[in-house]
Amino acid sequence: MGDSNATYLNATKGLKSWLVTIDHKRIGLMYLASVLFFFLAGGTFAILFRTELFTAKGDLFSADTYNSFFTLHGVIMVFLVIIPSVPAALGNFVLPLMLGAKDVAFPKLNLLSLYIYWTGSIIALCTIIFGHVDTGWTFYTPYSSNQGSSVVWMTFAAFVLGFSSILTGMNFVVTVHKLRAPGMTWFRMPLFVWGIYATSIIQVMATPVLGITLLLLIMENMVGIGIFNPNLGGDPVLFQHFFWFYSHPAVYIMILPGMAVQSELIAVFSQKKIFGYKFIAFSSLAIALISFIVWGHHMFVSGQSELIAMIFSFLTFLVAIPSGVKVFNWLYTLRHGSIRLNTPMIWALNFMVLFTIGGLTGLHLGTMSVDVHLHDTYFVVAHFHYVMMGGTLMTFMGGIYYWWPKITGKMYNEKWGRIAAAGVGVSFMVTFLPQFIMGAQGMPRRYYQYIEQYEKFHQMSTIGAYMLGAFFTMGAVVLVMSLRGSNFALDNPWNARTLEWTHTATPPVEHNFIGQPVVMYGPYDYDAPESSDTLESLAVRDGQTSETA
Amino acid sequence: MGHGTVTTGKFPLGHHWGTPNQQLEAGKMGMWLFLATEVLIFGGLFCAYIVYRNLHPEVYVTAHHYLDTTMGAINTVVLLTSSLTVALAIRAAQVNDQKWLKLHLIITIVCAGAFLVIKYLEYSHKFHIGLLPGEYFTASSVNIPNPDQVQLFFGIYFLMTGLHGIHVVIGMIILGCMLYRSVRGDFGPHYFEPIELSGLYWHLVDLIWIFLFPLLYLIH
Repeated sequence: MGDSNATYLNATKGLKSWLVTIDHKRIGLMYLASVLFFFLAGGTFAILFRTELFTAKGDLFSADTYNSFFTLHGVIMVFLVIIPSVPAALGNFVLPLMLGAKDVAFPKLNLLSLYIYWTGSIIALCTIIFGHVDTGWTFYTPYSSNQGSSVVWMTFAAFVLGFSSILTGMNFVVTVHKLRAPGMTWFRMPLFVWGIYATSIIQVMATPVLGITLLLLIMENMVGIGIFNPNLGGDPVLFQHFFWFYSHPAVYIMILPGMAVQSELIAVFSQKKIFGYKFIAFSSLAIALISFIVWGHHMFVSGQSELIAMIFSFLTFLVAIPSGVKVFNWLYTLRHGSIRLNTPMIWALNFMVLFTIGGLTGLHLGTMSVDVHLHDTYFVVAHFHYVMMGGTLMTFMGGIYYWWPKITGKMYNEKWGRIAAAGVGVSFMVTFLPQFIMGAQGMPRRYYQYIEQYEKFHQMSTIGAYMLGAFFTMGAVVLVMSLRGSNFALDNPWNARTLEWTHTATPPVEHNFIGQPVVMYGPYDYDAPESSDTLESLAVRDGQTSETA
Repeated sequence: MGHGTVTTGKFPLGHHWGTPNQQLEAGKMGMWLFLATEVLIFGGLFCAYIVYRNLHPEVYVTAHHYLDTTMGAINTVVLLTSSLTVALAIRAAQVNDQKWLKLHLIITIVCAGAFLVIKYLEYSHKFHIGLLPGEYFTASSVNIPNPDQVQLFFGIYFLMTGLHGIHVVIGMIILGCMLYRSVRGDFGPHYFEPIELSGLYWHLVDLIWIFLFPLLYLIH
């Protein structure tokens, strides 16, 4: 075994050893740090423009500044934070460990995807600092097709980030297919892996279309090819089709990983076999498939034919089925479980409430007649945030708290962690519940000043945003303090049954496992003995039995 | 980290793989997934092509007369030949025929170069008479009815063939690397994975052209 104190964190030292590492754990950690940095940036923009909206008059900064702030908030949060959050940061760290693999299938490609992500981020940051982008994160034509170089650079950044996402997705699909440990059958894979697998498929299949769309937009801006320009015979609605063909699946790229983490948290903190394992696993794939055929529900009022709109509306309702299957299965898992309200579980319960509200309000928006009233109002904004932030970011935080002991080897202060998690849940409601109400009353999204009627809702929302900022900061402080403390974590502090807890040290060694683990039980078999079998130990045992026989 | 690979005989096995076969299979699967993303990237352009052909069928018929069918046909033959030779190069590696491995790779690269030269001639002719996309369309000397929308056709033409051309250039770089590694003697019956994967990529480049040629040059 050599040096038994060597973990992946101190196996090699120095900045260079991190920058050229091909260890999936270190790459995951670098993704995590980058994502959290951009989360801070995106959140700051949100707090700034929420401050502007505190009063009905536009008084704090100019309308142009407001437009560029909400665009930056959207672009940063979608492309730099949520999309890489669970898959690239947590997934990179956890997925190979869960499968009993020593690394992802293509470690160098993995490092390359991190560098591509950094390149895209730097381009985006430079555009933010030196340019002026106010198209919203959707870059709709025709407005976006004559906005000059800032839009070109921002789109190019999203284009580059897309490649990072494709490479990560390809890597995970191949890893899941080819690097499962002996005994790790498809139905012994943790549900986290199923969720990330479904996500990766969407990443690989949808992101290229975004790539070509953004390329067309760049060409439109630079040489005026006219594909989206009605003056030259083009069609701006085609851009919307292209964009949503990617970006609707992309919202599932964002939510499926959240659901993936949720399945782990619910099972582990109920200490119970998850209810309906196969249904949860296949519902992830079902969501991935359906996600490709619902993009038209973003365009009910963009002039597509009524028949097409009806078909899209119907297909949209289908998504509710696998999502509902998951929620009910999680709820039933809680029943008769030994529920422990640790910090990760508080985040998971936040998810349960907020995602359910977000999902159900999605049905309002998927209903054509209702959507005509609600589209482009704060109702849409609230729905989106309930799903993306109330869904994905809650479980992202939950996942960070859940795997924190494994990643760092340190245990955080449970009391303050719980307060932060519960605080975020409450603040979230304060922020976004009023947005549903004012949206239903007709408050349009993306307005910089508004009529007095909505002022009290906006004020509540802004106060909620400040609370969110405070509690997220508290959550971050709890984690940082744990690094300085000396509260060392056990190998398996949550009594989980997945390989990253049962078969690795805390923190794991450089190549994850000592010996090749062999999987004898399902990921949530709390009845089975905690096993630590490896090929070597099995060989020894078999050797002994044959001697005695 | 230099110690990422462990050499067993001639096969460079990654530290996280159990057997060479496992690594080979994974490499192929990764390549196929990559090719799927390529098909989807071009799929977007084909989609734009279909939409505008349905909107303006007459424009397509008129505009395609300004493409040089002969040059397009020659290029098709050139690319098909290169696809054959790259396949023969893989075969040569499998039977350890080092001489023909290198020769076939060279022929493939030469064909790719020839394709680009012909494409360059076509492009420069169009640049000369102003058959350019969008705002730069200045072909007033050419008597085309409905010129407002003809530029759309050339926009799509340049995008599709241009993106394809970039893929040809990338292919030449990859095949050049393969040639370098062949000269160095990396490949043989036990290890030919990179050549095989490069071949798969090259076949896709060829395949896309086989769709582009009739769709752009042979419209009725």
